[in-house]
Amino acid sequence: MVDRQSVTPGNPWVAQLARIQGIQQELPSVATYDLVLEDPTVAEAFKFQPGQFNMLYLPGFGEAAISISSDPSHLASLQHTVRAAGNVTTALSRVHVGDQLGVRGPFGSSWPLEACRGKDVVIACGGIGLPPLRPLIYYMIQHREEFGRVHLLYGARTPGELLFTDEFPPWQAAGIEMAVTVDLGYDDWTGDIGVVPVLFHRLNLNAHKTIVMTCGPEVMMRFVIFEALARGIDPRNIYLSMERNMQCAVGLCGACQLGPKFVCKDGPVFTYEQMEPYLMLEDL
Amino acid sequence: MNSAKPLVGSFVRIQKRDLQSLVDELKAVHDRVVGPREIDSAIVYDDLDHVDQLPIGVIDHQEGGVYRLTHESSDSHFDYVVGPQSLKSFLFPPHETISESFRKDGQWEIQAVETPATRIAVLGPRACDLRGLAIQDKVFLEGPYVDPGYKRRRDALFIVAVNCRRSVATCFCHAMDCGPAVTSHFDLALTEMDECFAVEIGTSAGGVAMDATSWEPMSETEVAQAKEVSVELEESMRNGTSARQMETGGIRELLMDNLEHPRWQEVADRCLSCGNCTMVCPTCFCSSADEVADLSGDHVRRERSWASCFTAEHSYMHSGNVRKTTRSRYRQWLTHKLATWQDQFDSSGCTGCGRCITWCPVGIDLTEEVAAIRGE
Ligand SMILES: Cc1cc2nc3c(=O)[nH]c(=O)nc-3n(C[C@H](O)[C@H](O)[C@H](O)COP(=O)(O)OP(=O)(O)OC[C@H]3O[C@@H](n4cnc5c(N)ncnc54)[C@H](O)[C@@H]3O)c2cc1C
Ligand code: SF4
Ligand code: SF4
Ligand code: FES
Repeated sequence: MVDRQSVTPGNPWVAQLARIQGIQQELPSVATYDLVLEDPTVAEAFKFQPGQFNMLYLPGFGEAAISISSDPSHLASLQHTVRAAGNVTTALSRVHVGDQLGVRGPFGSSWPLEACRGKDVVIACGGIGLPPLRPLIYYMIQHREEFGRVHLLYGARTPGELLFTDEFPPWQAAGIEMAVTVDLGYDDWTGDIGVVPVLFHRLNLNAHKTIVMTCGPEVMMRFVIFEALARGIDPRNIYLSMERNMQCAVGLCGACQLGPKFVCKDGPVFTYEQMEPYLMLEDL
Repeated sequence: MNSAKPLVGSFVRIQKRDLQSLVDELKAVHDRVVGPREIDSAIVYDDLDHVDQLPIGVIDHQEGGVYRLTHESSDSHFDYVVGPQSLKSFLFPPHETISESFRKDGQWEIQAVETPATRIAVLGPRACDLRGLAIQDKVFLEGPYVDPGYKRRRDALFIVAVNCRRSVATCFCHAMDCGPAVTSHFDLALTEMDECFAVEIGTSAGGVAMDATSWEPMSETEVAQAKEVSVELEESMRNGTSARQMETGGIRELLMDNLEHPRWQEVADRCLSCGNCTMVCPTCFCSSADEVADLSGDHVRRERSWASCFTAEHSYMHSGNVRKTTRSRYRQWLTHKLATWQDQFDSSGCTGCGRCITWCPVGIDLTEEVAAIRGE
């Protein structure tokens, strides 16, 4: 099961201080913040599973749920890749190396490492959906022999909005089979054009030994799921990461409810079997 | 005075005027004693110094969107039922500071705000509200994370419950298996009889408090008479006299299999999306956390406040609101109360207290909505 320990076991509402030790501007509106927890005992105890998230806190602005995007075996560098969307995330885009922020976490369920062992894996993501999967990619590269084929299907609106492109060659060299697509290509774009789910058409999958994991806009995930189901993949072998408004991240505020589930503590990673009754309903 | 303290589980009798001795004793050992008071034409909890401040002889009349008090020349201390407030506001206050951050020389410090709880003794909660308390205990104390403020206040709460002798038309605790008899989660439970109060001892702290009164043991026949009060009331509620009815069999499937039922739109056409029902409901626990900063921005409080699934903010995401319509918000509220709560907390989220019916400005009635979806 999921590691439920929190950096603040006593009071789950209260953030621990962390210092920003690096900022990598990925795109004009996306940056990766590398954090180190200030209290050494807290830092020592901090462990996370790929797919889990932290609540990042800027006093005076508020909190945002942000997935951890770094290597789970390299805890000295806790990275969070953030798109400036609204109040908190835009304030975050103005911080500097050496500044402090608050962290609560890690929270939530994680990608199904156990279920993936010995299986082929399809990771299908769009835009800012790649960072929550990057810890999983690192893990799979480090334990490559434990998994069958690993496909990474990734898309963005334009080539300029693709994240982590520097890492694509090493990932491919490490045995990740990548397919990248954009909605709008420029003249020098030689890759695919179209949405992520379409990339499924070139995969030759063995439905009985394939696990699909998807993260990105809900519409994209729905189409990925359609493609997976159409290829005979069992709803229990399709995993998706859901987003909902989160005020507490610990099951106390009710904001993240999705049908009977709390996205913060039962998710964010769910099987399609769990989400099936709710995902296609408008406005649920 | 008796020499031995009354035992947990036993029933004792006190004369009606002796209730003051209990109130005095509670005042001596708690920071606050609160009880039902008539204020601005409603029964609300407020500080209670003297038993005379209770709404003696007051009767309430409740219907969809209607709440009215009348005064009778009886000496009944507790023949009104529940007002707009429940125990919720004592344990889960409408606003609470959860952390504070201070910036000095460019360095932040973040502190938990853990003010010791006010020790409150509350007189008057009914069976439905004790179930509401049990349900909130499950949410705030029994999940993977404990809410520390709730826990502190809960540990410091002393409860003198009251068995109802009367119900109003919006009550349906019997249908939710929550009442009208008080069965757990109390230190003391009173049943008003003609000449005396029968007092059930729920905890040893309750027994200690009773020691300050001139209590007398009750015979088995007298205990049976006291218990009969709830039995009779329950029967009259089941017979449809002064109560709502709700068929709860298979209710989870009924609602979850009918998420696209046309009735959701019909109720949405009347619903104002004001969220009154969520504010008065003893089990609603949603909250939002917001920043309150001083002018310099160097001192910031993080404040938790009651939230409601009827607002747009509740389901806001940068990509848009998840629940854009009143239909989807009412559906979220009702399915959560009666259906998905069972998946989450192994019980219904509704106690049958009827507050959401009474305090809905347009009188929307969840029992009617369920019946309509059932096709009745
Ligand atoms: C489990 C999870 C993991 C996430 N991981 C990432 C990530 O790795 N990188 C990234 O850039 N973004 C991620 N998000 C989205 C991110 O949380 C939102 O973009 C962020 O909360 C927006 O906050 P804001 O104050 O900048 O925006 P505003 O629009 O000002 O938001 C106001 C409030 O609404 C809520 N809110 C708004 N949008 C969202 C949203 N999409 N999800 C949840 N709550 C929201 C928050 O409570 C926020 O405080 C994740 C969301 C969830 C639920
Ligand atoms: S839903 Fe209505 S009747 Fe049920 S507990 Fe809440 S306020 Fe009371
Ligand atoms: S719902 Fe039951 S317990 Fe609650 S006030 Fe009405 S009769 Fe009393
Ligand atoms: S975010 Fe508060 S309950 Fe899930």
